[in-house]
Amino acid sequence: MSISRALKSYGDTVITAPVTVPYVRHSLRSAHAFFACALADLLRTASLDKSDVDGLSIGSFTLAPDSAIGLTQHLGISPRWLDNIPLGGACGVVALRRALRAVQCGDAEIVACIGADTHQPDSFRETLGNFSVFARDAVLPYGAGGPNASFALLTDHYMRSYGAVREDFGKLCIAQRDNALGYPHALFKKKLTLDEYLNARPIADPLRLFDCVMPCAGAEGFLVMPQARAESLGLPFVRVLATSERHNPFPQDPIQMRGGWVLDRERLYQDAGIGPEDVDFVETYDDYPVMSLIQLEDLGFCAKGEGPEFVRRHTFTSDGSFPINTSGGQLSVGQAGCAAGFLGLVEAIRQLSDCNLAIPVPAARFGVAVGFGMITYDRGLSSGAAFLARADA
Amino acid sequence: MIPPPARGDGENRASQSDAPLLPPSARSRAALGLTAAAALGAFKLQVCTSCKAVQYPAREACHVCLSIKLDWRPADGLGELIAETKIRHSHDPFFRERLPWRIGMVRLDAGPTAIAHLHGECGPAPTRVRLQTRLDKSGQGVLVAFPIDKAADMSDDQQLREMTSNPRSRKILVTDGDTASGEAIVHALVAAGAATVWVGHAQPVQKSARLEALRLIPQVILVALDATESDSVKVLAGEIATRTDILINNSEVHRALAPDSGIDFDLARTEIDVNYLGLMRLAREFGPGMRAHAGDGTAYILAWVNLLSVFALGNLPTRGTFSAAMAAASSLSQYLRAEMRPAGVRVINVFPGPIDDDWNQSLPAPKLVPAALAEAVVAALSDGVEDVYPGDVAQEWLARWEESRKVLEKELGIESESRGARDEDAQ
Repeated sequence: MSISRALKSYGDTVITAPVTVPYVRHSLRSAHAFFACALADLLRTASLDKSDVDGLSIGSFTLAPDSAIGLTQHLGISPRWLDNIPLGGACGVVALRRALRAVQCGDAEIVACIGADTHQPDSFRETLGNFSVFARDAVLPYGAGGPNASFALLTDHYMRSYGAVREDFGKLCIAQRDNALGYPHALFKKKLTLDEYLNARPIADPLRLFDCVMPCAGAEGFLVMPQARAESLGLPFVRVLATSERHNPFPQDPIQMRGGWVLDRERLYQDAGIGPEDVDFVETYDDYPVMSLIQLEDLGFCAKGEGPEFVRRHTFTSDGSFPINTSGGQLSVGQAGCAAGFLGLVEAIRQLSDCNLAIPVPAARFGVAVGFGMITYDRGLSSGAAFLARADA
Repeated sequence: MIPPPARGDGENRASQSDAPLLPPSARSRAALGLTAAAALGAFKLQVCTSCKAVQYPAREACHVCLSIKLDWRPADGLGELIAETKIRHSHDPFFRERLPWRIGMVRLDAGPTAIAHLHGECGPAPTRVRLQTRLDKSGQGVLVAFPIDKAADMSDDQQLREMTSNPRSRKILVTDGDTASGEAIVHALVAAGAATVWVGHAQPVQKSARLEALRLIPQVILVALDATESDSVKVLAGEIATRTDILINNSEVHRALAPDSGIDFDLARTEIDVNYLGLMRLAREFGPGMRAHAGDGTAYILAWVNLLSVFALGNLPTRGTFSAAMAAASSLSQYLRAEMRPAGVRVINVFPGPIDDDWNQSLPAPKLVPAALAEAVVAALSDGVEDVYPGDVAQEWLARWEESRKVLEKELGIESESRGARDEDAQ
C-alpha cells in the first residue's frame, strides 16, 4: 500500500457541542423539523446566533426533494459554505473531515454538521425503492428483503468463513444493550438476554429481530470551529487526530468481507500517532453486528477472521474491557436514517469531553468512530473512520 | 381492448381481484436486456465490446474501460453459490404473501456477483450452481439459480411456480381442436397433467373423426366455439373465462396462393377474420374473466398462448395475405400483453415455421410436425417464456430477422420467385 504524502494535521480545528434530537419511532414531521431542532440545539449549546454559523453540512435520506440548499431557505440561514453528504452511514465522518478542512482553511469559521431523518410507517419502503439503480434492477425484485436480506447474506458468509456463531453476535448486542440502559435517548430500555436474542423473530436467516436496527426519526449534530473560538465560548472540545474515507474498495471481492479501512488503517494510526492498543473505546457502525466484527478486524484490533475469538475475549461494556458503542449503538438506540452516521461520532465527542449522557468509559483519552454506508447493490460502498482525542491527550 | 371485469357474479371473484400483487417491476433501460433474454428463455450477460469485461448488474458503461458499447451475449450462467438466506420479512406486498423466500449470492465464473432466486434443490452454500433467466410475474427478467445436476423434474418448486405456467392440474382452453396442431396440443397438455382441457370446435362433432377421438379422453370437454362469431365466443367466455388458467388460441386459417394468381380478397378477409379478429374477440370476451381469475392467488401464472407464425416477422409472398394477417395478430398480441400484464397474466406468442398439416401440404420440407409444436407450447408454459420460435425454420428466420429485417425481406422476395419457378418446373 502506498502512502502518498503526509497529511496536514487538523491542528487547532476542533469539534464541540454534541447534540441529539431525541429519537421517536414514527413522526408526522418532515426531516426539516429535525434539522431545525438540531440546529437550535447546537446554537443553544454554544450560545451562538444563527448568523454565527457560516457553514452547514448535512446528511439525510428523507429531506428529498429538498437538499442542503433548500434547507437554508427553510431555516432562514445564509451560510457561505454548504455541503450535502449523500453517504448514509458514512455521512458523519465524511461531513466532519470536510468541515475540518473548510474551517482550517478559512472557508468557514463555524460549521454545523447535522444528520437528520424522519420516519413514517411507509417511508422505509419508499427509500428502498428509490435507493439506487442497481438495487432497483438487481436486488429489490429478489424478495425485497431490504438491507436485512443483504446483510443476512454477508452474515451467512462470514459465519461459515470464520466460525462465528449466533452467540458471538448475541454477546455484542447484549453488551450494547447494557450500555444503552445508561443512555436516556435509547429507544430500547429493557435488558436483553441471550435467550431473547437467540429466539427472537426470524427476519432473514441467520438474522433475527435483535440483529436488525429499528428505523426511527431523530437527529444528531456537532459543531466544527477553531479551538480559540471554542475556548472563548467556554465549550468543551475534542481534537481530531486522523480521518479517512474510502469508496467502492476491493470491487473484485466476490462478497464483502472487508471495508476500506484495510486500505487506510496504516495511515490512520500514523497520522494519529497512536496504535490500536491506545484506543480506549470504539463506536462501530453497527447496522448489523457482523459489521462490528468486520470493522474491528479491519481497523487492526484483531486479525481478519479473528473477530469471533475477539468477541469471546472481551465484555464490550463501557465499564468493562474494550468498550464499543457506549451509548448502545444503533442496535439499541435506533437508526434514525442518516443520523445513524453521526450517532457514534456524537457519542465519542461526549465521552472525550466530559459531556456524558451515557456511562463514561473510565479515563478515556482516545476514541474511534466508524462510518459505513450505502449498500447500493451487494455491499456497503463507503467506509470512513475518525480518530478522536481528549483535548489534553 | 379489454373492458373492466363484470361484478356481482358469484363465480367471478372480481371484487378481490382488482389489483393482483406483482413483484417490483421497475427497471432501468439497461436492465431490460435481461428481460429481453428471459422472454426467449436465453441466459445473457452484458459484455463490453471493447475490453470484453462482463458486467452485472446491467450498466450504461463498462466498469473497467468506461466504454459505453455494451452488448448482451449468451453465457453459461455457471458459478458458485457463496451465500444464501431465507427471507422471512419483506417490504413488498407480493413477497410478503409468499414468505419465506430463498435468495442467494452467486459468484459467476464470468466474474460478477449476482443476487438470484434459489431453486429449492439448490444449496446449502457453498456449492456450484447454474443461473438461468426467468420472467417473474411482473413480466420482468430475473435470475434463478439451479443445481448443476438437474433433477428429473425441476418445475415442482414453490418459487419457480410463481414464475411459470406448468399445465399440470390446470384448466385449459384450446380454441380449435379440429386441426392437426390443435389435436397434438390437446394430447400434449393431457400428457403434461392438465386437469381439464376444454376443446373448441366450430363444426358439429359428428363431422370430425378427430373430435370424436378427442372426446374419448377423460380430461377433455368439447365446447362449441367459433372464433369468427362474437356471440359464440361470448357464450363460452360466460361459462368458463373465470375458471380458465391457460387459454391457447390456435384458431387459424390459411391457404397457399397459386403463383401469379393475384390477391384472393375472400381468402384475405377470412384470414383477417380468424387470425386477427378471432384473437380480438377472444381477448374481449375472455380477457376480463381471466384477469379477474388471476387475482385469486393461485401459485402458477395464468397464461394466454397465441399460435402465430414466423411469417409475422417478414412477409412470405406465397403466403402473402396470411403473413399480413399474422403480422396484425402479432401486433395485437402485444396490446393484449400490455393489458394482461398488470393482472400478472402472461401472454406467450408461438411463432412456428410451416407446420406439417392440412394447410401446408403444398410447402416443401422442412416442416414442423404438430407433436413438436405441441411440445414447444408445453415447454413455453413450463419454462415461463414469452416468445417461442419452435423448430429449425423458425429459429433460422429469427436469426435472419434479428440480423437484418431488410435483408430478410429482400431474400424472401427472391426465394419466393425462385420457388414459384421451381413449382412451375415441377408441373
